[in-house]
Amino acid sequence: MNFDMLAMQAFTGLSVFTILMLMALGLAIVFGLMGVINMAHGELMAMGAYTTYGTAILFEHYFPNFMGVYFLIGIVLAFCVTFAFGYVLERGLIRFLYQRPLDTMLATWGLSLILQQTYRQFISPKEVEVPTVSWLQGAWQVTDTLSFPLSRIFIIGLAIVTSASVYFLLFKTRWGLRIRAVTQNRTISGAVGINTERVDAFTFALGCGLAGIAGSSFTMLASTGPVTGQSYIVDTFIVVVFGGVENLLGTIASAFIMGQMQSWFEYFMSGSMARASILLLVIIVLYFRPNGLFASKVRR
Amino acid sequence: MSAKAMQRKSMAPWNFINRHALTILAVLLLVVIPLSLESFRLGLAAKYLSFGFCAVGIVLIWGYGGILSLGQGVFFGLGSYMMAMFLKLEAAANADSSSSTALSAFFGQAGLPDFMAWNSVEKLPWWWEPFHYVGFTIPAILIIPALVAFVLAYVNFRKRVGPVYFSIITLALAGIMAIVIIGQQGYTGGINGITDFKTFMGMDLDQDRAKVIMYYVTAVLLLLTVIIGRFILKSRLGKVLVAIRDREDRVRFSGYDPAMFKAFVFSVAALFSAIGGAMFSLQVGLASPSLVGIVPSIEMVIYAAVGGRLSLIGAVYGTLVVSYAKTFFSENFVQYWLYFIGLLFIVVVMFLPGGLASLMEKLRLGKKQAETLKTPVGKNLETGSQ
Amino acid sequence: MSTEILSVSDLTVSFDGFKAVDNLSLFVEKDELRCVIGPNGAGKTTLLDMICGKTKPSSGSIKFKGNELTKTTEYKITRAGVGRKFQTPSVYEDLTVWENLELSYPKQRGIAAALFFKSTPEINERVNQVAQEMYLKDELDTKAGTLSHGQKQWLEIGMLLMQEPELLLLDEPVAGMSARERDLTAELLNRISKGRSIILIEHDMEFVRKIAHRVTVLHQGKVLSEGSMDQVQNDPKVIETYLGL
Repeated sequence: MNFDMLAMQAFTGLSVFTILMLMALGLAIVFGLMGVINMAHGELMAMGAYTTYGTAILFEHYFPNFMGVYFLIGIVLAFCVTFAFGYVLERGLIRFLYQRPLDTMLATWGLSLILQQTYRQFISPKEVEVPTVSWLQGAWQVTDTLSFPLSRIFIIGLAIVTSASVYFLLFKTRWGLRIRAVTQNRTISGAVGINTERVDAFTFALGCGLAGIAGSSFTMLASTGPVTGQSYIVDTFIVVVFGGVENLLGTIASAFIMGQMQSWFEYFMSGSMARASILLLVIIVLYFRPNGLFASKVRR
Repeated sequence: MSAKAMQRKSMAPWNFINRHALTILAVLLLVVIPLSLESFRLGLAAKYLSFGFCAVGIVLIWGYGGILSLGQGVFFGLGSYMMAMFLKLEAAANADSSSSTALSAFFGQAGLPDFMAWNSVEKLPWWWEPFHYVGFTIPAILIIPALVAFVLAYVNFRKRVGPVYFSIITLALAGIMAIVIIGQQGYTGGINGITDFKTFMGMDLDQDRAKVIMYYVTAVLLLLTVIIGRFILKSRLGKVLVAIRDREDRVRFSGYDPAMFKAFVFSVAALFSAIGGAMFSLQVGLASPSLVGIVPSIEMVIYAAVGGRLSLIGAVYGTLVVSYAKTFFSENFVQYWLYFIGLLFIVVVMFLPGGLASLMEKLRLGKKQAETLKTPVGKNLETGSQ
Repeated sequence: MSTEILSVSDLTVSFDGFKAVDNLSLFVEKDELRCVIGPNGAGKTTLLDMICGKTKPSSGSIKFKGNELTKTTEYKITRAGVGRKFQTPSVYEDLTVWENLELSYPKQRGIAAALFFKSTPEINERVNQVAQEMYLKDELDTKAGTLSHGQKQWLEIGMLLMQEPELLLLDEPVAGMSARERDLTAELLNRISKGRSIILIEHDMEFVRKIAHRVTVLHQGKVLSEGSMDQVQNDPKVIETYLGL
């Protein structure tokens, strides 16, 4: 294996890492901070993707001259749409199922089925692709033999920006303070005047919005169909659970490890066996560290 | 007549139904259905009943044990595939009874299942060999899935893996099994599964007579699982199980090892699922990865949820109702099936956690009293917290 | 030494650097009723947690009838003869009082045995007897979840009695009880302490005075004073710590 191959593998690993991280960040907030297992998280990513697709169609028809920027608008819109949907979802369904994680799993699974069929029926049963954005086409030619696709570089950038924003939000703003307070001690938070219900709704919506951004960015890499969400959700879950649910940094580290594992496993074995091996590995790790790889040492 | 007496009188039929629930189910399954359905529909009913095995198991482990398995498809699949392997080898041995097996004989590999020949697998893998014999196959179906389940569960519960994580583990396993089966086309028939069997121990499976016999066998076995389930629940083990579900930590201080008990019921549920899978293969004539993975496994949970997660008999009804709905939708309004089942999940979880069985209780006891029975007293079914 | 049933030696446990129990040594005799008192955070509950196996110590040893408990898992410790009652009443809400008590019968606790367990007249007799002693004779068919707080406490003690432990660990058994219930419980405890050893955590000093044989005072994870109630109450160290016991 020469340097080029190594570099390519590392880059692919990095790219997969950032993708997983984007996907996992939203779920980590919802699952890690709130303890809610949203099986429809994948469909929310798809929602983000479809929103971007819709934006593309809109621009094609009305602003054909601005096709260069449609994508950025698409990402923002994806966030808004999924954020709003998440807010409504929390108020309408999720909040009745706190303290019942298994029931939440089942109810959100039902939701994911409904969403899938909605996409199939009202958008298209076939996969859709977004028009390519001119300035993201092609690759960065590092050397004669080594090139990194621009689209992937963009996603890496987006992932960094998004994570930084989330970090900033959670740790440097008042809203973030409220969120952390409520997740750590709900009763006292309520007692000091924080509107816990609003915080819950906001936090969940934020997680969904992040899913929307993730889904939106994937449109550059692959087409979107009604079952795309399902193919993303397993990986996302694995990353979050693997990393230790309570710890956002753990999620990021886990995404990195998974990303590398995935790219290396797939180099050595077929796609499906690679997935099976990763799932198996996760099961084994969970056995030894039931709270995830990076969970803080449990008291007692 | 006094108000109370009138109330008692109106509830009398429901009391009767409650006390004789098992008999009523037996009559339904063994008399009403076979007499009123013609062969094709009876075959469908038999298929539904084979899923019922999984649902009964899920009631045991979820309703009473607090373990939500999202991977019962694994055990159903194990039973199904093992039976299929036996049937396929029998079909391949009778090369003149089917054209596809004749094809493999043509390729010079008599006795080799056709899909293996198509995939250039030259020799029967060693782990297929024992399935030539019914004397191995039947015990294998009864023992292997249960054993695997026991070890898996015990190893995890001893480590005190939480319920959520265990569910995710079962989910992952279902996913892995489906991936592996589909990937190893040469050995497992891949995405098409194993099909095209003709006889079971010489009995022609296509004949109506065989189908009827199969139906009765399935129904009787299913009723048996309900009886076994009841026995377990009424015993001390059943009480300990409920105690574990509600306060696992405390149970240790009563001197019981929760890991053992949970692993035991989990393996019983796996046994039931495996039997269901085997009966499925016999009646539907195929083993397929589409019944092994994540989606079908979760669907099995809804059967139990609709029937009532605390009711073994309810599980059977739940399976029949939901399976029938699936057939109905796929025959008439294909695109609405997912809406229906998705909504079903949500509605049952939100408004009817006790399923149809709790409706029965409401009718029986009058609405007020039944409120206290909807979920166990004072307890959160899953986390053990109040 | 031969009448000693529990010996705790140099027991230490720390959580994230904080030493909840610090090199603690304590010895309990057979048939002794030892009360452990001390301000909140002194390490009393943690001590009981370690004896019954709920928490693993960082170092030190706990010997019960000569057997080392620190490396044993909870259910085995229970089977060895240690019974624990928790601060908040911990009973099986969805089972009846009868079932709670019957379940605590200390035999046939393996899978096969539990599956084919059949109640005998002796067991029934015992359940009735314990229910009687716990003032729960009339509630045998009630689901434990619907009992009052005080009744739940008694049920839990009853369940412990069924287990016939040689060492009983009680954590604030009268917390949340009315005065009358406290009196009844004191009577009860005096009755059941015959033939077994008890370690009892309590804050109610009048209650302690009524029942304790010996008292151990804990402070910041260490033993501050030990002796009879009078000795301990007059110990200047204790007076200083409590400022008006």
